[in-house]
This record gives sequence, C-alpha cells and structure tokens, in this order.
Amino acid sequence: MSPQINLEEEFQAKIDAEIKIEPKDWMPDAYRKTLIRQISQHAHSEIVGMLPEGNWLTRAPSLKRKATLLAKVQDEAGHGLYLYSAVETLGVSRLQTIEDLLSGKAKYSSIFNYPTLTWADMGAIGWLVDGAAIMNQVPLCRTSYGPYARAMVRVCKEESFHQRQGYEIMMTLMNGSAEQKEMAQDAMNRWWWPAIMMFGPTDAESSNTEQSVKWKIKRHTNDELRQKFIDATVPQAEYIGLTIPDKDLKWNEDKKSYDFGAINWDEFWNVVKGNGPCNKQRLEARNNAHNNGAWVREAASAYAEKRAKRMAAKAEVA
Amino acid sequence: MTNIAIHTDTQTALCNYVLQLADTNLILGQRICEWCGHGPVLEQDIALSNIGLDLLGQTRSLYQYAAELQGAGKTEDDLAFLRNERQFKNLLLAEQPNGDFGYTIVRQFLYESFQQLLLNELKKSSNKQLAAIAEKSLIETNYHYKWSAEWVIRLGDGTEESKSRIQKSINEIWTYSGEMFIPSAEEQLLAKLGMIPDVSTLENAWMQKVKSVFEEATLTMPEAMYMQRGGKTGVHTEHLGYILAEMQYLQRQYPGQTW
Repeated sequence: MSPQINLEEEFQAKIDAEIKIEPKDWMPDAYRKTLIRQISQHAHSEIVGMLPEGNWLTRAPSLKRKATLLAKVQDEAGHGLYLYSAVETLGVSRLQTIEDLLSGKAKYSSIFNYPTLTWADMGAIGWLVDGAAIMNQVPLCRTSYGPYARAMVRVCKEESFHQRQGYEIMMTLMNGSAEQKEMAQDAMNRWWWPAIMMFGPTDAESSNTEQSVKWKIKRHTNDELRQKFIDATVPQAEYIGLTIPDKDLKWNEDKKSYDFGAINWDEFWNVVKGNGPCNKQRLEARNNAHNNGAWVREAASAYAEKRAKRMAAKAEVA
Repeated sequence: MTNIAIHTDTQTALCNYVLQLADTNLILGQRICEWCGHGPVLEQDIALSNIGLDLLGQTRSLYQYAAELQGAGKTEDDLAFLRNERQFKNLLLAEQPNGDFGYTIVRQFLYESFQQLLLNELKKSSNKQLAAIAEKSLIETNYHYKWSAEWVIRLGDGTEESKSRIQKSINEIWTYSGEMFIPSAEEQLLAKLGMIPDVSTLENAWMQKVKSVFEEATLTMPEAMYMQRGGKTGVHTEHLGYILAEMQYLQRQYPGQTW
C-alpha cells in the first residue's frame, strides 16, 4: 500500500469517527479545494448580502427598525470576516479570496442578485432568506472541518435572531393597513421562489453533493434541506395570512410533507451565470468599495510601517 | 417629570436644545448608514456601523426625553420623521455628504472632539436626565473620538496621496466647525441657568485638542476663516432636504401606520 493511500484512509477514518479536521492536519487536495470554494462562497454571500439590505438603511420607517437593520447588516460583515479567516486557515489569503469575488471568478448566493424594492423586502429577506440560510447552516455547525464548524456556531445564533426579526416585520405589516398587507404579499411573491432555489440544484443535478456528504462537509442533500424549509415555512406564512405563490403546493399526507410546484431552473441558472437583475450592480458596488478604499488601505500600511521603524529606532537608542 | 417647576420658557428652550442634540446625532447617523457595505475594508465598515448604532441609540434617548418635555404625546418617531427642514436643528457639519473616507473621518473627528468636551460638562448638569444621557453617551463618544483621531493620524502621516486628500477635506469642512461654538438663543438661556455649559468657552480646549492631533498627523491647521452657521435655527445647507426626503418617505407616504 502506498503512503498516500494510507493517509487518505486515515483521513476518512477520522471523518467517520467524527473527529474534526484541523488546519495543520493532512487532508486530500480535493477536500481542501472543496472547502475553500464552499467557505469563500459563503463569505462572499455575507458581504454581497449586505448590499440589498443596506439599500433600505436610510429609508427604514422607524428609528428602532433603522438601528435593528444596521445591526443586522453589520452582523453580516462580521460573518464575512470570520469566514474569510476560516478560508485563510486553508492557505488562501483574504485578499486573494476577495479578488476572486471582484473579478467575477468566485460565486456567491444568487439570491442577492434580486432587487429590494419595498420595505417589506426587509421582512421577506430576514424571514425567508435567512431562514433558508439557517436550514443550510445548522448542519454545518457539525461539518468535518473544525474552523468552519466553529465559525458556523456563532453565525447560526445570529442568523436565527435575524430570521425572527424578519418574520416580525412581516407580521407587523400583515397586522397593518391594506397597503401594508399588499406590500408584504408582494414581497412574498417575489422572494419565495428565489429563496427555495437557495438550496441549489436538485440532487440529481448536484455535482458536488455525493463526495461532500462522504467527507461530512455536507450532512444533507439539497433536496432534503429544501423540503425541510418548505415544511417549516408554510405554516408560518399561513399563521400571518400570507399566501405562498405556488398553486401546486399541497400537503401530502403519505409523506407527511408538502408537495410543491416545478422550480424555474432556467431562471436559476441564468442568475448564476450573471443574468440576474442585479448581478452587475452588486459586483460593481463591491469593486467600487474596494477600489475607492485602496488609498485608505495603502495609507494604513504605510503608517504602520513608519511607526514600526520609529519604534525600532527608539528601542535602539534606549 | 424629572424637573419640578421648570419655567415654561426654560422648558421650551430645553426641549429645543435636546432636539438640537438629537437631530445632529440622527443626521450624522443617517450619513454613516450610507457607508454600510461600502467601506474601504471590512473592519472599518464594521467600526462605522458601530458608531452609527451608537449615534442612533443616543438619538432615541434624546427624542424620548424631548417628547416627554413637550408633553404632547409624541413619540421618538414623530420627532424624527414628521418634522421638516426648517424644524431640524442639527449642526450643518452633520449633514455634509460623506465624500471620501477621509472626509467622513474629518467630519467625525471634528464632531466627536467637540462632543467629548460638551458631554464631559453636560454629565454634571443640574438636569438629572440630561446628565444621565450625557454620561452614558460619553463612554461611546470617547471611543468614537479615539477611532477618528487615530484615522486622522494614519491618513495624515500615511502616504502622500492620503495626506493631500485629508488635508483637502479638512480645508473644505473647516467652515462648518465654528457653529458648534456659537450658542443659539436656547443655549444662551440654559447656560445662564447653569444647566448646560456655555459652548463658546469650549472652543479653546477644542482647538488645542484638534491641533495636537493634526500635529501628530503632520497636517496643517486651516487659517481662521468665516464660519457657516444656521443649523441650530433651522437654516440648513441644501443637503438636508434630500436627507429628510429619503429618511421620512415611508412615514410621509403612509401616515399613521405601525411599522
């Protein structure tokens, strides 16, 4: 047996025994690559995800809502920060990861390529988008790579807070005037399908799922998580009087879950490929922030260097 | 009521003064919201949001107190969303557009260095509620001051580009700094009663503070110049109308709703 095969067997044995893989442990190249891709996509989604909600910060309808929304968007920046750090433990610098986003090479969650048109979208995003993210992310708290799993514990705590806030915005609107109810239903109509597409292609189409499940990076398939999300969300919608925009949605007593209509995968793949309503604007905003901030980052490093030199000179004199 | 038997004029002056403090924090907080997601580096995006959140928190305490002083059953949101351009009393400094990161830093630094001096006095106010708000806000302001002063130094003593950019911002925004030390009629009355400090007496200490940071940053203090004024009496720059139009739009379009 070659030593390489031994290493791979030992690695899989550790995974099977639920022992976390840590940065300095040996790991197959493909495992490392899969993680880098998945965690960086996740980090980028947090950062790009700040934009559609940030769009409503200056127009939030009350001071309390404004502060809560600002805190939420700030949480997302924090999530991005520790996910970029988790990618660094795999040997890729934050700058390199960010450059892959800015060049359009790296992907992020397609949901953020949809526009936020009304205040109700803040409710729909918190409730549905963060809700779908939680379904994806709770199992990741037990993912096999230690730094990712630990980052996800904190992320999930904050996300579930966001989901409650989003639902509460929707509930407040549904308890309000006819115009507010209409606003909430309209947001539901626009965000429902993109939200259930967040779980990714069907299992039959998902190229990465099988290996990821074996490595315990993923613990459930896309379709399992999508079903779980729909089953959890339908009663929440009904409770506040919102209609799910799917005429084929029906409780299936045999499987004890909902049947739902066909997903428009053509739209999904188009948004992934860059043809969503806001792909261009989102990337442009990130590139602008990065480029406009270049002189600030350069100044900070120049100053840090000067300071270090001065300190060294001082130490020499002393 | 925290203060028994305040004279009506004093009560009105106090209320207007509290609104002035609240409005400045709100408008500056609103400007900071525009940065969210667009900062030069993630850590500073987060730092700016933190400051924005503090300013919004202070705004809410102040509006709640102002509403209590008015005694007309208004809420913090009525005061923020249903007053117009001429009723807002914020400093002109606060409403100036963000500019580049350096401009935002200078705007923040000039304000927070003043706030630090003001709140240090206000926390000793005979008015217990004002004193309590000041004491709590000061902890946050100290952090804002430190953060913005450090960035003034970093950008001033960073690269040639950063130095020339921030110097330009200082020269441009300086004309809005003097208003902080020109007392409004309300401030004069309340200072006479010993309830708040006479802001004109804070100018020297402020100038020293700013000067020492600029020196460390290798930046030049602007020459004495004409100082713009009017914010405290509701005569603003053209920027405020747009800020309010955006901020108040939902409350104006759908009056009387709960959000």
